Amino acid sequence: MTELTDLGVAAIRDGVAAGSFTAVEVAEAFNANVAAAQDALNAFIVATPGKAIEAAQAVDAKRARGEPLGKMGGVPIGMKDLFATAGVQTTAASHILEGFVPQYESTVSAKLWDEGAGMLGKLNLDQFAMGSSNETSYFGNVISPWKRNDGGNAALAPGGSSGGSSAAVSARLCPAATGTDTGGSIRQPAAFTGITGIKPTYGRCSRWGIVAFASSLDQAGPMARDVTDCAIMLEAMAGFDPKDSTSLDLPVPAWADNLDPDLKGKKVGIPHQYRMDGMDADVAKSWDDGIAWLKDAGAEIVDVSLPHTQYALPAYYIIAPAEASSNLARYDGVRYGLRDLPDGSGLQDMYAATRAAGFGAEVKRRILIGTYVLSAGFYDAYYTQAQKVRTLISRDFMEAFEACDVILAPTAPSAAFALGENIDDPLAMYLNDVFAVPASLAGLPAMSVPAGLNREGLPLGLQIVGRPFDEQGVLNAGLAIEQRAGFTARPDKWW
Amino acid sequence: MTQSTYRIQGTTGDWEVVIGLEVHAQVTSKSKLFSGAATAFGAEPNAQVSLVDAAMPGMLPVPNEECIRQAVRTGMAIDAQINKWSRFDRKNYFYADLPQGYQISQLYHPLVGEGSLTIDADEKAGIPEAKTIGIERIHVEQDAGKLMHDQHPTMSYVDLNRSGVALMEIVSRPDMRSPAEAGAYLRKLRAILRYVGSCDGNMEEGSMRADVNVSVRKLGEEFGTRTETKNVNSVRFVMATIEYEANRQVDVLEGGGKIVQETRLFDPGTGTTRSMRSKEDAHDYRYFPDPDLLPLELDDAFLEDCRNSLPELPDAKRARYEGELGLSAYNASVLTAEVETARWFERLLGETAVAQDKQPAEVAKQAANWLISELFGALNKLGMSLEDSPVSPSAGAELLALVGKGTISGSIAKQVLEKMLETGEGANAIVEREGLKQESDTGAIEAKVDEILAANGDKVEQYKAGKVALFGFFVGQTMKAMQGKANPQVVNEILKAKLG
Repeated sequence: MTELTDLGVAAIRDGVAAGSFTAVEVAEAFNANVAAAQDALNAFIVATPGKAIEAAQAVDAKRARGEPLGKMGGVPIGMKDLFATAGVQTTAASHILEGFVPQYESTVSAKLWDEGAGMLGKLNLDQFAMGSSNETSYFGNVISPWKRNDGGNAALAPGGSSGGSSAAVSARLCPAATGTDTGGSIRQPAAFTGITGIKPTYGRCSRWGIVAFASSLDQAGPMARDVTDCAIMLEAMAGFDPKDSTSLDLPVPAWADNLDPDLKGKKVGIPHQYRMDGMDADVAKSWDDGIAWLKDAGAEIVDVSLPHTQYALPAYYIIAPAEASSNLARYDGVRYGLRDLPDGSGLQDMYAATRAAGFGAEVKRRILIGTYVLSAGFYDAYYTQAQKVRTLISRDFMEAFEACDVILAPTAPSAAFALGENIDDPLAMYLNDVFAVPASLAGLPAMSVPAGLNREGLPLGLQIVGRPFDEQGVLNAGLAIEQRAGFTARPDKWW
Repeated sequence: MTQSTYRIQGTTGDWEVVIGLEVHAQVTSKSKLFSGAATAFGAEPNAQVSLVDAAMPGMLPVPNEECIRQAVRTGMAIDAQINKWSRFDRKNYFYADLPQGYQISQLYHPLVGEGSLTIDADEKAGIPEAKTIGIERIHVEQDAGKLMHDQHPTMSYVDLNRSGVALMEIVSRPDMRSPAEAGAYLRKLRAILRYVGSCDGNMEEGSMRADVNVSVRKLGEEFGTRTETKNVNSVRFVMATIEYEANRQVDVLEGGGKIVQETRLFDPGTGTTRSMRSKEDAHDYRYFPDPDLLPLELDDAFLEDCRNSLPELPDAKRARYEGELGLSAYNASVLTAEVETARWFERLLGETAVAQDKQPAEVAKQAANWLISELFGALNKLGMSLEDSPVSPSAGAELLALVGKGTISGSIAKQVLEKMLETGEGANAIVEREGLKQESDTGAIEAKVDEILAANGDKVEQYKAGKVALFGFFVGQTMKAMQGKANPQVVNEILKAKLG
């Protein structure tokens, strides 16, 4: 029999419902994997085995009473440590929030618990979700379960910022995990670790209770082993929330039930601007494979133009830090979290000392950038200009979607890099998001599905971007790729 | 238009004062601008703080429709342009009373645009005629919390009860030219806010406070550099601030100095202002659109609803009192200055008309005169305001009906009112019990008149010889003899007949 920890969301849920195994058995199996991998992978900041068991017991009890178990009934998951969880430390992987225990539960996590999911623990991430490698976490970087096939033993990045989520799902520490995506933080780590992740349309998932990075971009989404599991979990996470003014007041479609990999009559756009000079050959090949698979699924392939693509990354690195510089002002040592009050110091000294000690280097860098671009005399040149670019990028997509239903592109410009490889070069690090950021700026649903391995034996992801609210179209195209890519690779267990 | 003649007399000549006011008015609403927390004044520190107000991680603002509605209604009451599309911006700065590290305000696209209000002529105060003061905008923003420095020897405590409370910032044009004009503007604005019900105007509790912008110039010159004195919390202090600041600026300028654009504080103890921070130290607030909030878009139905809910405003009411009710300009102005007074008067008027079976216009003068000359005076002596008057409008109407029907005289009515205030009894009961009914029986009055004329034969002679002023003496004697209860009209008639 397959191990329980090899099962995904749908298989666990259906197995629990059918009585093939109990939810407690599932939780115990994953708890054991979490504990065994912690030293090697550092995927969790806090493990909560008791929470997982408690939720599982509740599901088993419901089953005994013949009650419905929920969309996620009996499925234990990992929770990115950006979601506030009542009674469980919530840090955003920062020192400034170390020891902070919220009295409230984020809307998205509360919805998941309501649907029968249980929590295995709080997953590591880049500090305040700022990073593409998980190296900015105050609690040490996550290590990818993947290794290159070159015989070397280089520790690889699991991607970021949802690197704990990606590592944990690919290493079978949890069947699925929550992620958040501001400029690729679900999609890039999913691509780096051979799993599937979707960032829905901006506003689908409530931001209430998620530690804010860049409010106009932040969006939660599921990370799991396949498209079906993502569809199920997204249904549990999404929905209108009156506590979030930017939440979409739309019903949540039955995405999982309506999955359909037949793309006859659909048009897939290929944006030629994404085919850059010096593109990684394996990445280029995987894109060509994707095109062939979608054609095979019945889709018509069309060339589309996204002319302002090259301005997306600079615009993103103005808008996101600008919002972050303001969103992170609340971490001031006055009410909660770290307070550094040197002897005889006043309020200003306390702010300075607390923030100097509490924020990591990358967070400080972005606060400085954000403060600079919003300051008097620079605002128009940077912020206003970036907002105009953002509008143009949205318009590019809207025009492209007149000619196609979804857009296919690589998720990231390369496979996973080694830890430390880009740490001294922020620009090289930021370039990881070059394919992911445009969809973020336009608020569009976008997902990454595994496409295969590169010549180093590392996973590559393909990205599908859809029209606003058309998660279904994105999931369907993702499923068509998944069925043809036949991606079954998984990291060899070395931990 | 006749200009204000208020001038600062300097050694180099006369200076004109230019004043603009930014009034922060707390919106009357049960909950805060972006959170469900309560807003009542006087609660225990930090008893009215939601997760949003304390800026806990991941908390988000959601606009409170009632606050927006009140600001729109206020805008309509000053005939302002209502912007159907407006937006919230963040004003970023660090302070311990500002949990988010930014205030949500409206810099670029305020809810309410250009409007105005008219201050009334007040000859005595140096306002020769009514004057229109421009209002540039009203925007909606969050209040900050409060620091308490007197609770601990080395630490300051923070009370977040006010944090997130909705304020309207009402920004005038620099259209005022004297402390009196500024005072009149504030009082008028306060009256309008209270009529509309969008702010209780309670300056003691901090529901209304003003930032006072003052500059001086020689007549006909460009505006001078202004200073801004923050958070002045009474009309009197605003006027004192202007007085002091204008004189200080003239002294500086005439001494060869320059006015620096700065923020100042008013000290109520000394009546002076002092510098808080100069422009060089001014914060760079890094305003930008709040990404947690969508633009505020108002539809026609909402605006229609706001407009329909507006009461009759002070200017319109005053005009109606003068025109339809025939009241004097002074009485109409007194009765409409405060919404409570107008409401009280209108109830009194309605009841009085019914009690005497007349049209309101026929009894309006009687009611207005009684309220202004009698009741206000009596309450004043007791140190009471109209709101806590023991005499209700219907009790007043009962009293006025007795006078109107000739049952008691005006002077007896004064006594009755005093008894009413003392005992809370009704006018009819007091008059009945104390036997204060007016005597109109000609027989009884005639008998008394005959006695008095007989006893004062010499004065009758003098009267007949042409000293007609003695008529008053006879009236007085008769009334005295009748213990004030004789109908004065009957007394007059009888005396006239008997004296020939």
